[in-house]
Amino acid sequence: MAEQFITDLVFWLFCLITVGGAVYVLLSEHVLYAAYGLLVTFLGVAGIFVFAGAEFVSAAQIMIYVGGILVLLVFGIMLSSRKKAGLSHLKVENASKSTGLLIACLLGGVLILLVSRLSFTGEAAGTWLTIKSFGFSLMTTYVVILEVIGLLLLMALIGATYLAKDDQ
Amino acid sequence: MINNILPYLVVSGLLFAIGFAVVVSKKNLILMLMGVELMLNAVNINFAAFSKFDPDPVQGQIFSVFVMIIAAAEIAVGLAIVLKIRRYYDGIDPEKLNNLQG
Repeated sequence: MAEQFITDLVFWLFCLITVGGAVYVLLSEHVLYAAYGLLVTFLGVAGIFVFAGAEFVSAAQIMIYVGGILVLLVFGIMLSSRKKAGLSHLKVENASKSTGLLIACLLGGVLILLVSRLSFTGEAAGTWLTIKSFGFSLMTTYVVILEVIGLLLLMALIGATYLAKDDQ
Repeated sequence: MINNILPYLVVSGLLFAIGFAVVVSKKNLILMLMGVELMLNAVNINFAAFSKFDPDPVQGQIFSVFVMIIAAAEIAVGLAIVLKIRRYYDGIDPEKLNNLQG
């Protein structure tokens, strides 16, 4: 009973971290601080993945999102700032803060309403996926998709390098 | 409680809504890319949560890993385009990208 309570508590803590970081991204006035809020959200989502029984996806989330995408975003922030604007060059203007909040509340309310009206009859399958069987099916059943996606990633990175090239 | 799928769906819905609001209300291209990342994360939570109730949980988890890789490709190309826009328009405010306006 106590274990169940602590597990629930940790799960809700991760949910709170996730949504709180996202809200900070929405309300923050500063691009770099928004990137830090995004970091908190990514870590919270990694925790939620663990509770959903997806340990490998959780590790991949930390490696790809926090280690790759967030670093790329911070590089993008540094390279795209305008130095002649002084210290205020990292400030973000909202098109309209109240409209953003209104859209978030409306869409979130509609999604939660629709989700809460659904009824699922399944129980947790209880078959925990091991990393071994995950890697096995990645190399057998899904190997074509894996190769195609690797090729796509290579093409995207070469294309990004070509696009960012400084040509006059 | 965590053997129920509802909390996952609620968190995912909230995250998706916030990401959408970030995309439509910010006047900065990099923050708009961040909003897209938030929405992709919300979708990934759904995949992982439904895979927990699947007798064959590998399908949902592999799909969410593939979504992550596509997100990495998207952010690389997106940031390259943002840098190009910044050089051309001297700023990354999406309101100023109006060369095609009649």
